[in-house]
Amino acid sequence: MIAWTYMQFSDSFFPQRFGITARDLENYLAEALSHGGTYADLYFEYLSTSSMSIDESIVKSASQGVSLGVGVRVIVGERTGYAYSDDLSPDKIRKASRVAASIAAGPATVEKVSLNEGQRRNLYPVLTAPTETAFAERVELVKRADRAARAYDHRVFQVQASYADNLRQVMVATSDGVLSWDRQPLARLNVAALARVNGGVPQRGHAGGGGRVDLNFFLNEKTPEHFAAEAAREAIVMLDAVDAPAGEMTVVLGPGWPGILLHEAVGHGLEADFNRKGVSAFSGRMGQQVASPLCTVIDDGTIANRRGSLNVDDEGHPTGRNVLIENGILRGYLQDKLSSRLTGAAETGSGRRESYAHIPMPRMTNTFMLAGESDPEEIIRSVPKGLYCPDFGGGQVDITSGNFVFSAAESYLIENGRVTRPVRNATLIGNGPEALKYVSMVGNDLKLDEGIGVCGKEGQSVPVGVGIPTIKIDRLTVGGTA
Amino acid sequence: MSGYADMASDIVQQALAAGATDAECTIGQGEEFSANVRLRELETIKEAGSRAVGLRILKGKHTGSAYTSDMTAEGIRLMVRSAIELAEITTADPHAGLPEESELGSIAGDLGMYCGDVEGLPTELKIDMARRAEDAALRADPRITNSEGASFDTHLGRRAFANSRGFADEYRASYCSLGTVPVARAGESMERDYWSSSARSFAGLEKPEDVGRIAAQRAVRRLGAVKVETKRVPVVFEPRTARALLDNIFDAVHGGAVYRNESFLAGKLGERVASEKLTVIDDGTIPGLFGTSPFDDEGVPTRRTVVIENGVLRSYLLNSYTARKLGLRTTGNASRGLAGNAGVGNGNLYIEKGAAPPEQLIAGIRDGFYVTELIGFGVNIVTGDYSRGAAGLWIRDGELAFPVSEVTIAGTLQQMLLNLEAVGADLEFRGSMAAPTLVLAEMTVGGR
Repeated sequence: MIAWTYMQFSDSFFPQRFGITARDLENYLAEALSHGGTYADLYFEYLSTSSMSIDESIVKSASQGVSLGVGVRVIVGERTGYAYSDDLSPDKIRKASRVAASIAAGPATVEKVSLNEGQRRNLYPVLTAPTETAFAERVELVKRADRAARAYDHRVFQVQASYADNLRQVMVATSDGVLSWDRQPLARLNVAALARVNGGVPQRGHAGGGGRVDLNFFLNEKTPEHFAAEAAREAIVMLDAVDAPAGEMTVVLGPGWPGILLHEAVGHGLEADFNRKGVSAFSGRMGQQVASPLCTVIDDGTIANRRGSLNVDDEGHPTGRNVLIENGILRGYLQDKLSSRLTGAAETGSGRRESYAHIPMPRMTNTFMLAGESDPEEIIRSVPKGLYCPDFGGGQVDITSGNFVFSAAESYLIENGRVTRPVRNATLIGNGPEALKYVSMVGNDLKLDEGIGVCGKEGQSVPVGVGIPTIKIDRLTVGGTA
Repeated sequence: MSGYADMASDIVQQALAAGATDAECTIGQGEEFSANVRLRELETIKEAGSRAVGLRILKGKHTGSAYTSDMTAEGIRLMVRSAIELAEITTADPHAGLPEESELGSIAGDLGMYCGDVEGLPTELKIDMARRAEDAALRADPRITNSEGASFDTHLGRRAFANSRGFADEYRASYCSLGTVPVARAGESMERDYWSSSARSFAGLEKPEDVGRIAAQRAVRRLGAVKVETKRVPVVFEPRTARALLDNIFDAVHGGAVYRNESFLAGKLGERVASEKLTVIDDGTIPGLFGTSPFDDEGVPTRRTVVIENGVLRSYLLNSYTARKLGLRTTGNASRGLAGNAGVGNGNLYIEKGAAPPEQLIAGIRDGFYVTELIGFGVNIVTGDYSRGAAGLWIRDGELAFPVSEVTIAGTLQQMLLNLEAVGADLEFRGSMAAPTLVLAEMTVGGR
């Protein structure tokens, strides 16, 4: 459920904590536009983080910290000037505004900036963020994960678990008059287990998850024991792995995290900056068939409590549900402010940045494929010989050629319609605008991932989510050795 | 001296006064500048400075850490309190501690980490460097039809470290880099590649015209790439991709992975783990290079460590904690951001060069794959399983014959190291890891 709330600007974090007024913000924006810039924005951030980890059943580290600052951006035409300060005193913010302003060279053209508070919603109405709870409660999570993974099977001999959370207070003011602020909690628990038989070669299993949630999520919904069992199970399964096959074959992806395929194969290629510049393999393909008619791919930043969700993007624009591919036809790009200004396209709420020290760019939020009609078991039964991949590690894409990879963390041979032996880790490789044309069955079991995704682009990391139902791809190259 | 080492010492004293039995404090300060040009027009300028401090304390055998970018007295006081508070929830770790006092110290003399010519470069000159590099790429070949732009970046920084065993020191570092990413097109085929140059001094950069020309050549030669049949062939890693392989070796000799048995090289000290052609050295003391520093992030002097000598594993890379876990001595490879327990990082990690120029190595191969790009994360250091996406050029009868993409290369790191057949003479330090051309006898190339 999405609750629309109303809170006065003066009651929000930055005015309360640092005494910043709407008038101050208007003055900083005017300073930023004083050399002829046509658009300016301010991004204030106060980030509190904490993390703890267990290794060899010893809680070896616990850390917390604070970083704060403001980023000032000025746009004139296709040019961007950017400066930031880790000091929120008026002098330092004005100085950053002047530095950013100098991207333009001329008299001011914007006369006056008047900020308006918009209506607000809360997709993550977390009363007490995990970062605000007692350390003693949170450290129990890694201790429980450690115990549970070791108890899962006697072959588990090494467990590492880490828990990290943060609370980000942000405020965005733009020369278009937008004034918005948000409180963004985020938490994640990770477990890695190593298993071996009689001192033999170890195998690793990994699991983790979280979201924009409170601590009850880990106490009641996805417990440390849940993630621990999953990590230990994967490590044990891999003990029996045989060499992975090599070459083109039919691949069935399991539901959930394997949605990373969409993130790599199409998501990045549909970010507006690459397309505006004509350097994406998807450039100029709007309205064309880029996937099988069974595929509809969505990027949705409005799903409650998800890791990739945001009330407003990092440019102060509300996030949305954006259709990227509809029944195989390319329908939309992910826009940030700069790209939508330059191309006249509607904003999609996809402007994101790692921190106040970074310039925003178009990014994904939660990217997934809608469910189809096939029974997942029927999909497996339809494959005489192939690979079944229920879990993956990371992926990467070259957006210009469109070639992408993602690495299987747990996969099995399919022989005569049955899932048989586990195989060793292998990379899968394909070409973005081509790969999804070979999707021949889509399951009715759409699942979103458990909340561990981190997306990197041009040196900036942001949290994201993915999801997918079980799908069958008739042709994909598997990078094994057998 | 800027006084940051004194400030760090002072924070260590505050931590001891607040109840810590030991403490270590790191302060980082930096100024960054970045200019981007695309299609000959200025696109972005970014300029800013920042600083932050991190603290790690011990209370007996319990550890706690905190950091802040709020360097006011109140901000520091809160950070000290946070770190001490966190020591209450960690578990006593018998191996927790600081390096021995006798291990602390810093290398005297100028290590060439800071060059004054990076400071105060006129903005117009910096923009022009990027513009010249991109322009050279755009002019290099008619098939260069587009560009992701060019960038010129500088970073000037200071790092100070102090601990409760009496260490306090700091150093400055400068850095600048120039790179460009041209896009080539022929018919339906579109490819990009990049080239860059970085140096501690502005004078040490390669000419923008060379950076642009090489980037363009690299992008153009990828046009019309095909996917080959799945087969086992010799694989040649050019220096850029050989560096990625060296990164995998680093992960495998990382003290943390070794004591946890998370590395295929754990327990193999003194054993033959690679072809005798392979010698890997880590040296944090070479003046002017990117992996150089007078002391590591625990206040231990950096040094030269022979990691693999003619195929025999001689040393892991260790900080004081992983050394205590393994019953060894630190190799001066402690590394961390600002807060937290120290991890392990490399100094200048490199593969010792061989005698043959790369052309000669390629000339000896009838059918093989010359890898110019690797993508993805398909390397498992625990098992050694290796499977990555690759692009490059096919070698036929001793020559680079045609471009290849959308394939994988696979094997195990154990076998790959033993299969190392030849090492090129083309070693260049373009970052803190460096490797010459490497020839592996055989890997599986996965394609059609």
